[in-house]
Parts: sequence; C-alpha cells; structure tokens
Amino acid sequence: MRRRGLFSRTALVVGLVFLYVPIVSMIVYSFNNSRLVTVWDAAHSPTLKWYGVLLSDNEVLDAAWLSLRVAICAATASTILGTLAGTALARFGAFRGRSLLVGMTTAPIVMPEVISGLSLLLLFVALQQAIGWPQGMGAVTITLAHISFCMAYVTVVVQSRLAGFDESLEEAAQDLGARPAKVFWRITLPLILPAVLAGWLLAFTLSWDDLVISQFVAGPGSSTLPMVIFSKVRLGVSPDVNALATLMVSVVASGVVVAAVWMRHRQKRRERDAQLAAAANL
Amino acid sequence: MEQREQDRVVPRRFSARRLVAGIPALWLTVFFLVPFLIVLKISFSEARLAIPPYAPLITWRHGLPVPGIHLAGYAYLFTDPLYLRSYLYSVMVAAVSTLFCLLIGYPMAYAIARASDAWRSFLLMLIVLPFWTSFLLRVYAWIGLLQNDGLINDVLLRLGLIHHPVTLLQTDFSLYVGIVYSYLPFMILPLYANLEKHDMALLEAAADLGARPLTAFLRVTLPQSLPGIAAGSLLVFIPTVGEYVIPTLLGRTDQIMIGRMLSDEFFDNRDWPVASGVAILILLALVVPIVLLQRVERSNLETAE
Repeated sequence: MRRRGLFSRTALVVGLVFLYVPIVSMIVYSFNNSRLVTVWDAAHSPTLKWYGVLLSDNEVLDAAWLSLRVAICAATASTILGTLAGTALARFGAFRGRSLLVGMTTAPIVMPEVISGLSLLLLFVALQQAIGWPQGMGAVTITLAHISFCMAYVTVVVQSRLAGFDESLEEAAQDLGARPAKVFWRITLPLILPAVLAGWLLAFTLSWDDLVISQFVAGPGSSTLPMVIFSKVRLGVSPDVNALATLMVSVVASGVVVAAVWMRHRQKRRERDAQLAAAANL
Repeated sequence: MEQREQDRVVPRRFSARRLVAGIPALWLTVFFLVPFLIVLKISFSEARLAIPPYAPLITWRHGLPVPGIHLAGYAYLFTDPLYLRSYLYSVMVAAVSTLFCLLIGYPMAYAIARASDAWRSFLLMLIVLPFWTSFLLRVYAWIGLLQNDGLINDVLLRLGLIHHPVTLLQTDFSLYVGIVYSYLPFMILPLYANLEKHDMALLEAAADLGARPLTAFLRVTLPQSLPGIAAGSLLVFIPTVGEYVIPTLLGRTDQIMIGRMLSDEFFDNRDWPVASGVAILILLALVVPIVLLQRVERSNLETAE
C-alpha cells in the first residue's frame, strides 16, 4: 500500500514538472538578451528588450484587439446560449429532441477543429450565395464560429452544477406561487452563478486561444492573435513570442490567485455567519 | 376553480420551456448540424475553377432536375496511397498518444484522489492551470526545448551523455511529446472524478482478506475505474485524430497527419470536394468513438446522481 502510494506520488511530481517546464522556460527566456535559446547572455540579461519589441509591433497589437473583441462577444453569447441549454438538459427531464440537444452540445467539444472550421466556412459561403449575408469573412464570422464550440463547454459546466443541486428549492418556490421565470431569476440563477461565471471565463479563454477554426473563417485582412503567433513560430523560435507568453501566463496566474483569495474569503464569511446563526439559536 | 388555475399555468410553462430548449437547439442546428450536411453535399460534387470552386449537385435543365453526384473526390482519396497512409498514421498516432496519456495520467490522477483535502484542490488547480494558458504557446515552447540548439540537447551535451546534438524536433518523438503534453489534463480530470468516488473500505476489505496491494489494485480499483479510463481515453483520442497545430509545429515533414492534409487540400490546392471528402472520412472514423463517449458520459452522470 505504502509503496504504491510512493509510486503514484513520484509520477505526480514528474508529471507536474513535465507540465510546467515548457511554461517556465518561456518565462525565463523572455528576459534573455540573446536570440538563441542555449545562450544566456549574462552580460545583458535580464532585459525587457523583447517586451519592447512586442509592444511596438502593430500587427500583434491589432490582432490582440481583434481577438479581445471577438472573445468578449463570443463568450457572452455562448454563456447565454449555454446556460439555456444546460438548464434545459438538467431540469426539463425527458423532452422531445433531448438526445439531439445532448449530441449537439457534446460533439463540438471533441470534434477535430479542422472539421468544425471547414464546415462553418462552407456554411458561410452557402449563406452568402443564398441570402447575401454575412458580407465577407472577418470579425463577424469568427465570432459566430466561436460561439458554437464555446457554448458546448458552458452547457457542460452549467449542467453539471445544476445536477449537483436537487430541485427542492425550486419546487418550494413554485409551491409558494412563484412563476417559472421568477423561480429561474430568484432561485436557479443565483445558485448556478459561479458556474455561469466560470463558463464565461472558459469560453473567453477558448475563443481567445482558437487558431484552427479562426483560420478557416477569417477572411484576408483579419488576423486574430493566435494566427499572428502561428505565422511567427512556424519559422522557428522568436523571442518576442516568449514575452507575449509570459504576459499571458501572468494575467492567468494573477486571476487565479485573486479568485482563490476571494473564494477563501467567502468561505470564511460563510463559516462565521453559520457560527453566528448557531450562537443566536442558543 | 383549482383545475382552471392549472390550465392557465401549464401552457405558459410549456411555451417558456420550449423557448429555453429551443433557442440553443436552433442555434446548434444552424451552426453545427447544417454545416455537416453542406460538407457532405460538397464532398459529392465536382471541383471546378469558379467561385465557389465546386459544381452544384442538382442542375435544372428544361425544367427537370439533373443530378450531378460525383464520386471523383472519394475515388481520388482511395486510390492515392498518400491519403490512406496519412489516414492510418493519424489513427495510429492518436491511439499511441492516448495510451501514453493513460500510463502517465492514471498514477497522477490516483495520487491526487488520495491526497489530503487541502492538497487536492491545489493539485487539481495545477493540472487545470495550463489549460487556461494558450495552447499554441505551450506547444511552441517545446520548439525551444527540442530543437538542435535547444535546451534538452544543451543539457545532454553538457552532461557528456551525447557528443553531437540529437535531432528531436520534427520526429515522431516530438509529435508524441507535444500531443501527450497538451492532452494530459483531458485524461487526468475524468480519471480523477472517477477515482475520487471510490470507496476506500473496499480496498481495506481486500487487504484484510489478504490481498496484496497490487492484487487489490488490479481486482478492485482498476475495474471500478474503467468508466473514467474510457471517458479520458475518448477525450484524448477523438480530437487527436484530426490534430492540426501540434503536427504542423512539432511533427515530421515527410509524413503529415490527416488534419493537415484536409487544410492543405483546402487552402493550397483549393480542392473543396476533396477537402470535404477527407472531413467525411475522418468523421466516419470518429462516429463510433463519439457515440461511445456520449454513452460513457451519460452513465457517469447517472452514477453521479
């Protein structure tokens, strides 16, 4: 028993090192003055040179702005659609078309991206021919394409959160005469709010990060950030990409720290409230 | 009186429900289901130099429909050994990567599931965290580690283990490293969700009855974790078959995967029917795994409730 515990723990440590070495190496080399990975130019490092190169690169900045706009729109729309779908799947029992909805919300998660990208582009081309919309490929088509695969993730997150609650609260509200819409706004939504927020963040990240689907549905002249990065790194290592990676990792890491502190704070407050309530009952 | 009250309420709820389920269903029908039908349609049409570069399936001549179903795209895919080889290579790469993810991910998930509560959430966060940072950048990081003048060769040279840089990049090795690295969390999370629910009393009972740890693992833990293994393996296998970014950045140049083939066919050769045919063939290989995945997820969800 003990020996197997040792084996799995060793595997865990080795696995975590495997997961983090590449990320750490990018952060370290983003401060290296030399273009070469193996040469640590100790005389001139650490340096912020590559950060300067990155932030004065208009192509990168334009692409980042486009990616940001697309990700915010796609995350918001997919969160609304995904919350509706998750609620339907978790709360409506058996209804006609349920298995179709289940299939359509799980398949996009595993669907190879080249297939999603190709099929969406062919849809947009067909729509253009048939009704003259969307006019040209760009931010609009990228956003529409992102909504579809992001909402699948939101659906799963919301659905599993709802599956964790029994329906007694909602039923109680209904028995007390609340209309279904009111039950949703006053009871269900507050309960699933953490999942909805997590779903939005996940959708934002997925959209911000997507390369393959964007490459299919982006017309000439509209490049998202991953598309610009991809064209840079296809030619090999470029140190300003390390700087970009470091910035992105910092944002995510600080977000996680803030979320962890906030959750601990909430937990503590809840415990204190519970204690107070218990004391008052005595 | 009460009866009438109910009559008034039920239809309203009914229509609200229809809206809640109907809006996302409509969206997915338009942006997920219909596109596949279009891909299917174009895979049977004839390529031509036009915008869009394919011929319509049905043309109208003297008021009568004339079907123009062409199997040329598919014939091409089955006769040119390049496609078949790439297809088989992709399935093999996906299968081997899935196996490696399982071998590495299982002990990791096991250790997390057996860790104390305080450690468990921290370790889970460490597993999920890379998922929140750019996938593309994490794959790119491996170029810096694996290239001829990269970090790994440098360390090996300094240690005197090798005397000339070893070619690691653009090999099967670097491809597997990239895929296993990127998809490992998809294996660990469902495995953890399964292992965490196991009743430790069963293992204790096995030990009390004299089972050695390995026997107890093989006879108790492993069979119980099969749903987790299935979910994780399918979550890795299905997207890997059509993987595009990792093989393009880290994989061999003399043997490309089928996802890259589709993209090249579409963007470089501008042959939409053949690209659509490739998509349909990839989907055919994935229909069974996708259906299996939905079964596994459904039964996992039911046991959770």
